[in-house]
Amino acid sequence: MSPPGLPVYDSARRGFLFVEEAKALWRYRHLVSELIARDIKVRYKRSVLGVAWSMLSPLLSMAALTIAFSALLKQQIANYPAYFLAGSVFWTFFAQATAHAASLTTDASEITRRVYVPRSVFVAAAVGGALVNLLYTLVPLFVIIAATGHPIHVTWLFLPVSIVTGILFTAGVGLVIFTMASRFVDVKETYLVLLSTWFFLTPIVYTPAILAPKYRLVVRLNPMTYLVEMFRAPIYDGWLPGRNTLLFSLLAGVLSLTFGWLFYAWKIEDYGTRH
Amino acid sequence: MAPATDAAAVAAALATGPAVFLDHVTLRYRIPREVVVTFKEYALRKLQGRMEHNTLVALRDVNMTVARGERVGVIGANGAGKSSLFRLIARVRRPTEGRLVVRGRVAPLLELGLGFHGDLTGRENVVLQGALMGFSREQMLERMDAIAAFAELEAFLDAPIRTYSTGMSARLAFSVATDVDPDILLVDEALAVGDERFRAKCRDRMASLRENGRTFLLVSHNLADVTESCQRAIWIAEGRVVQDGPAADVCDAYHAWAQGGALA
Repeated sequence: MSPPGLPVYDSARRGFLFVEEAKALWRYRHLVSELIARDIKVRYKRSVLGVAWSMLSPLLSMAALTIAFSALLKQQIANYPAYFLAGSVFWTFFAQATAHAASLTTDASEITRRVYVPRSVFVAAAVGGALVNLLYTLVPLFVIIAATGHPIHVTWLFLPVSIVTGILFTAGVGLVIFTMASRFVDVKETYLVLLSTWFFLTPIVYTPAILAPKYRLVVRLNPMTYLVEMFRAPIYDGWLPGRNTLLFSLLAGVLSLTFGWLFYAWKIEDYGTRH
Repeated sequence: MAPATDAAAVAAALATGPAVFLDHVTLRYRIPREVVVTFKEYALRKLQGRMEHNTLVALRDVNMTVARGERVGVIGANGAGKSSLFRLIARVRRPTEGRLVVRGRVAPLLELGLGFHGDLTGRENVVLQGALMGFSREQMLERMDAIAAFAELEAFLDAPIRTYSTGMSARLAFSVATDVDPDILLVDEALAVGDERFRAKCRDRMASLRENGRTFLLVSHNLADVTESCQRAIWIAEGRVVQDGPAADVCDAYHAWAQGGALA
């Protein structure tokens, strides 16, 4: 069953860490898909509704928020539910992936204590799992948006580009959170608090236009502002994202993944073997 | 550190294509004097410059060559460094100093049931376990029948593993780890699987792996096990190799020492 030619591990032969780690992740790609499958199966084996639950659960919590914020904001924003849902579906992907990456550190230390696997498989699995959920929620999202009488634009076809950019950014943040959470037990909790603050600093429940000018700078410096806009514009506005949105999103995505990967490769061995 | 004159010896040793080769390997763990687990504490201490570490040397300057197909037992008191040696070979840790070469696929049979998830079926767990060793779903599905047959669990393969008894999951884990045909098998006293009859089956499978030229490393406190299944034994104490030679001789020396004699 072994491939021809024995695999040789030589501790003296060691290239750049970020290259080595990338090669290792590729070799263990089967493990990534198995971990994603495990998380999904475990989730819906525990619930009566099965797969339907993974579609419904984010939408239900969104429905609650929609009702709450519609009352406050519907004067300013046309078809508020469509606006809010389009943005929050993307936010949920980001939040779920990065928070799950932090919680998978428990699994990672259990497993890597006994057998070698590159720890990045856990981050990849967290992002992949959230991506599967995002794709599931696109169907009900489409139905709900059509049901609210909002036009379905041909620009929906742009979404793959928005999603790929979102994956780059999310993976980068996930890698940093995972690496830090592998070493420090308070990182996950702190990050969850940060996430809820971050949510309100991103124009999802409101539009940037209704903000007082003094707060606009914060929102403008927030990369998630552009990434959310890049996902929402094709759904809600029926436009392709503007040049600045596109530019800043791509920049945020590429920088995040580059920094995240370098940080992970540099620190993970030390941080992951402390306990 | 290895003197330069060793370079030729290292090259010669590597030319024989050993399964495991350690050249002046030292493994140190850095243990903080106080446990700092939160980032808040860590940041505060860093700022105050109060980070102190103790160093634990798990292995000191270990040299070792294990040829392909050799059967080696590793013995020694608790905390001598046996598990650390296995962790290095399984690539869970990296040597602090020195060089380690491992040739072939390593299957650690260290703790059974790693990665098993109670809510998943036996079949799903086998695939997951295989993925942990770098195998694809297809490769594992091909092997599924053989794995289930050896573990005698064909009828239970689609039941969630939380309904299995301890013996059943141990049998399944053993069956997976040995069925994927590893080049190097690391066994940490895991032969105590299931009942007497199944243990005999395990021993047969181990024997056939050994006969097929698989390299076999065993950590055990049971000296009879070591002399029975290994040709060679290595005695480790305080991170150093004390004696390396024919299993019977090394086990005798270790036994004599353990009975109260002085270090050989």
